[in-house]
Amino acid sequence: MSVIFAILKREFKSYFVSPVPYVLITIFLIVSNWLFFNTYFMAKEASMRVYIGQMPWIFLFFIPAVTMRVWSEEKKLGTMELLVTLPVKDFELVIGKFLACFFFLAVCLALTLTVPFTIAYTGAPDWGPIIGGYLGVLFMGTALIALGLFISSLTENQIVAFILSLLVAFVFLIIGENLVLYAIPDFFVPIFEYLGFGSHFMSITRGVIDSRDLVYYASFILFFLFLNVKSVESRKW
Amino acid sequence: MIEVKNLTKHYGHTVAVKDVSFTVNQGEVLGFLGPNGAGKTTTMKIITCFMPATFGTVSVAGFDVAENSLEVRKRIGYLPENTPLYTDIMVEDYLKFISEIRKIPKFQVADRIKSIIDTCGLRSVLKKDIGELSKGFKQRVGLAQAMIHDPDILVLDEPTSGLDPKQIIEIRQLIKNLAKKKTIILSTHILPEVSATCDRVIIINDGVLAASGTTEELQEKAEGDSIVYTTITADSKKVEDSLKSLDFVRSFNLVSKLTSTKNRYKITVKKDQQDVEELIFKIAVDKGWVLSELYSESLSLEDIFIKLTTTGQ
Ligand SMILES: Nc1ncnc2c1ncn2[C@@H]1O[C@H](COP(=O)(O)OP(=O)(O)OP(=O)(O)O)[C@@H](O)[C@H]1O
Ligand SMILES: [Mg+2]
Repeated sequence: MSVIFAILKREFKSYFVSPVPYVLITIFLIVSNWLFFNTYFMAKEASMRVYIGQMPWIFLFFIPAVTMRVWSEEKKLGTMELLVTLPVKDFELVIGKFLACFFFLAVCLALTLTVPFTIAYTGAPDWGPIIGGYLGVLFMGTALIALGLFISSLTENQIVAFILSLLVAFVFLIIGENLVLYAIPDFFVPIFEYLGFGSHFMSITRGVIDSRDLVYYASFILFFLFLNVKSVESRKW
Repeated sequence: MIEVKNLTKHYGHTVAVKDVSFTVNQGEVLGFLGPNGAGKTTTMKIITCFMPATFGTVSVAGFDVAENSLEVRKRIGYLPENTPLYTDIMVEDYLKFISEIRKIPKFQVADRIKSIIDTCGLRSVLKKDIGELSKGFKQRVGLAQAMIHDPDILVLDEPTSGLDPKQIIEIRQLIKNLAKKKTIILSTHILPEVSATCDRVIIINDGVLAASGTTEELQEKAEGDSIVYTTITADSKKVEDSLKSLDFVRSFNLVSKLTSTKNRYKITVKKDQQDVEELIFKIAVDKGWVLSELYSESLSLEDIFIKLTTTGQ
């Protein structure tokens, strides 16, 4: 436990010593707020439906930008060699880094809380979907973190990690969409619908917390964390 | 303490280490020599559990590196080649981070860090980011992280590379002091360093063990030849004829022509031949040559190294 915490702490701190994360957070906040308020004052709708709905598309770029350097940089600097020759289990490294990204995401989401407060100030929102929305966004973001971290562990090139994560995340975003579902044989429709982010995301943001969606996110995250551990071990193959 | 048995490592089709066996006893300092690409770093990476051997076994303090890697890693302090370190963290925070991962009890951390800072001369850079340090200071941080948990075994891949002469002497002194209690493997390209710090030497060449033993034993292995340099003013043909035929002369070479008749020669003499200088001097007097230089030296570690790594054996 203390080892995971030590890794988490170093990793989390390292996000804030370079300007990159500040830039990332700023862009994230500006883009998401702009997209929201742009429509909010015209629609005059006291809800975050639009805001939450666009989050997957922002995350598509934002999360890979957060995760791309995590393993790639260790590989590039060669610090991976020191890290794995310390008395640390591979899964502790993976969990430590994963948690650091998770808390970073949590901080970013906390900074967007200005939006619901603005809504509450200007209207009388229904809090159910807002809380559900935040949970949905948090789950999806965490799933993308697990995915992005695994991909980052495959290459020592951050840009490659970014682009690959973006592409794979994009695939998971669209395969559950109607456009894709119409185009594929009927047999695959339920599989694609289940694998895609869309359906799970939508039902949580409606304020419905279904155990099937939680199982989906949990298995998605565990699957990619498992792959990540395997890829850290792969030096032994 | 460290036992390497029939170690072989393949990288795809290249064989980096071939059937290497050696042991390092408790309290011994082992110097690991070999030309570039010989397989030193590869062997060290296997000992420190970074990667597994293709064939063969390595055990450290009785633990097998493949089966009990965690126990092995607890006992080793490792300085990898080129000292890979995070760049975006302060020296002090980095040492704290390593202490936490090494599970040094909280109440000891401050003392350990303080003492390692003194040994490695890091006081002046404590609050600096590692990325801003000069190469030599990075090297010191690398050494500090390897020693912070006071390990029984140190594996140091070129520990003095990039250090200034004063620091090199300090680090060598440090290694010598540590040597009393610890088991150390260090690789280096600086041969005098080996004579200065190591109890025993291993030379590997092209992945194969070329020689092992104390410096003195290696000198014997290299056939204990000694070399005589002499400068003689006389017809070079005649000099060659009369010296080359002597039974104790293994080889005879003209090193440089100083004038038309004055030449410098290098003569390799078989071991156990006594009084070589006297014998050559007598011949010179008999023949009426003018002798302006005559001295002999035994093979240096450099000579042995070159000899063992160029002829293969
Ligand atoms: N990751 C790798 N992939 C493929 N081949 C490698 C790899 N690392 C090392 N080698 C090869 O293995 C051989 C031994 O390399 P190693 O780094 O162990 O040599 P070394 O003795 O440490 O050399 P140096 O004195 O230059 O540090 C070399 O031929 C090298 O090209
Ligand atoms: Mg090397």
